Amino acid sequence: MEVEGKVWCYGDNIDTDVIIPARYLNSFDPQELASHCMVDIDETFAQTVQAGDIMVGGKNFGCGSSREHAPIAIKASGVPVIIAANFARIFYRNGINIGLPLLEIGDAVAKIKAGDKLRVNIATGTIENLSTGDVFHSQPLPGFIQDIAKAGGLINYIKEKK
Amino acid sequence: MGMNMTEKILAKHAGLDSVMPGQLINCKLDMVLANDITAPPSIKEFEKIGKPVFDNTKIALVPDHFTPNKDIKTADLAKAVRTFAKQHKIVNYFEVGRMGIEHVILPEKGLVAPGMLTIGADSHTCTYGALGGFSTGVGTTDLGVALATGEAWFKVPETIQVNLTGTRPDGINGKDVILTLIGKIGVDGARYQALEFTGEGLSSLSMADRFTIANMAIEAGGKNGIFPVDEKTREYIKDRVTKPYEIVVSDADAKYVRTVEINLSELKPVVAFPHLPGNTKRVEDIGEIKIDQVVIGSCTNGRLEDLKNAANILKGHQVHKDVRCIVIPGSQQVYLDAMKLGYVEIFINAGAVVSTPTCGPCMGGHMGILAAGERCVSTTNRNFRGRMGHVDSEVYLAGPHVAAASAILGRIATPEEVQ
Repeated sequence: MEVEGKVWCYGDNIDTDVIIPARYLNSFDPQELASHCMVDIDETFAQTVQAGDIMVGGKNFGCGSSREHAPIAIKASGVPVIIAANFARIFYRNGINIGLPLLEIGDAVAKIKAGDKLRVNIATGTIENLSTGDVFHSQPLPGFIQDIAKAGGLINYIKEKK
Repeated sequence: MGMNMTEKILAKHAGLDSVMPGQLINCKLDMVLANDITAPPSIKEFEKIGKPVFDNTKIALVPDHFTPNKDIKTADLAKAVRTFAKQHKIVNYFEVGRMGIEHVILPEKGLVAPGMLTIGADSHTCTYGALGGFSTGVGTTDLGVALATGEAWFKVPETIQVNLTGTRPDGINGKDVILTLIGKIGVDGARYQALEFTGEGLSSLSMADRFTIANMAIEAGGKNGIFPVDEKTREYIKDRVTKPYEIVVSDADAKYVRTVEINLSELKPVVAFPHLPGNTKRVEDIGEIKIDQVVIGSCTNGRLEDLKNAANILKGHQVHKDVRCIVIPGSQQVYLDAMKLGYVEIFINAGAVVSTPTCGPCMGGHMGILAAGERCVSTTNRNFRGRMGHVDSEVYLAGPHVAAASAILGRIATPEEVQ
């Protein structure tokens, strides 16, 4: 699967409280969560994000609370993939489980800037920065986690296994 | 090759003789937990699978985040949990008035024990490592699947050994230990890894200290934090845990990815500055920082000993005129014990408010939300931007000693500064 989109760039240690503040956790409706996504650090995101746009973060992206509302809010904003130096553990797991691909590329993430256009092959983990010509490769997902991703998330995977 | 505690518990629950860091395994679960924010979406995922719950005695549902319900939407969330608990005859459902903050009440009721494997749809589920079990936080899809299957997949983590030497001085508590550690290794210093606490210093740490320390393993990015079982653990679980359990001990040749040393004797009261739990500074070094609010409570520091530490400092003093001090016992039992022991009277005489158990202000839910520009010293676990209210408010994390002293002096202070 290949996607192309414009980059929204955030820094290190982006926590799930800023991805979706707890005051909005009185709902778990994906569209409602998306309407408040990133609001505490970037009011423009929820208002102007386009389907297909790609989120890029630094180290430890998604740290903090286990709220799955956070990757759900990003996915429901139309973001097809998140690229970061690396991800916090629970967020990474949640991304896999809801079928939102997460690619880790380490320090190379510094070469991607807000507004750049990326082409991402999610299956191979190849990321082309169409604005700069840079090409990055993320580590492929391990075996059965790829199966979860292919099934579109953990629930489908469990149902298929049944 | 030897295994450490985390590896042994994971291997046993996967039905394997041994495991290695990095290995992907499927484990049987002893306890599965969710709260009023995470249970409703978990239930939605659970229902897609179309199976009954795996075991109605191994599920705990604790409406604690937005309870007593703060508005109509959160009342609907709590109702969804209550309805599910009734429908599936969930034994360990804790209603308002008979509840506590999840990570206070599960140990208190003996639902978690040494050697057990627990997952919870709450990142602070790592608290139960204090009792020598493996426990970790997950999201709502994992939890929904666990409700149906009683199983979850894990990647066996590498383990960092945190070797504690010396003796914890009076006036220092578990919060000073864990904030010092996170300050040292960073908020991603244990990312994807286990933290195993070892060493001669352990014997000077109370169970409350250990719960606080294990609770914040996640703030260093840790998958779990785990303590060996000793006399203090046995004393704590003696009249609480009724089911059989297994005490797990790390092998002498167990492997650790690295060792971090902390000398407890050298610890000073610390505070984590906004907006990361790793921005740790010694209180004696920070100069004058005026505050508007103090919160004493939470899954991190809402236990009886925490309230005792705060009460001992507040006794005979008044909360500063410019400060609101909010005390939140971690469970109904803690509340009751704090009343019997006179702590509640001390708090109220000092001009503090004492609330029903709730997560409340910790994640900006209710019961003490901050306005723009306000500063709070809090015994909670996170000081992320906007965590306790307005995006331009500030949270300083500290233990109950520093929180109580700060409430009296109206600025961040050490207990020694209170006459």
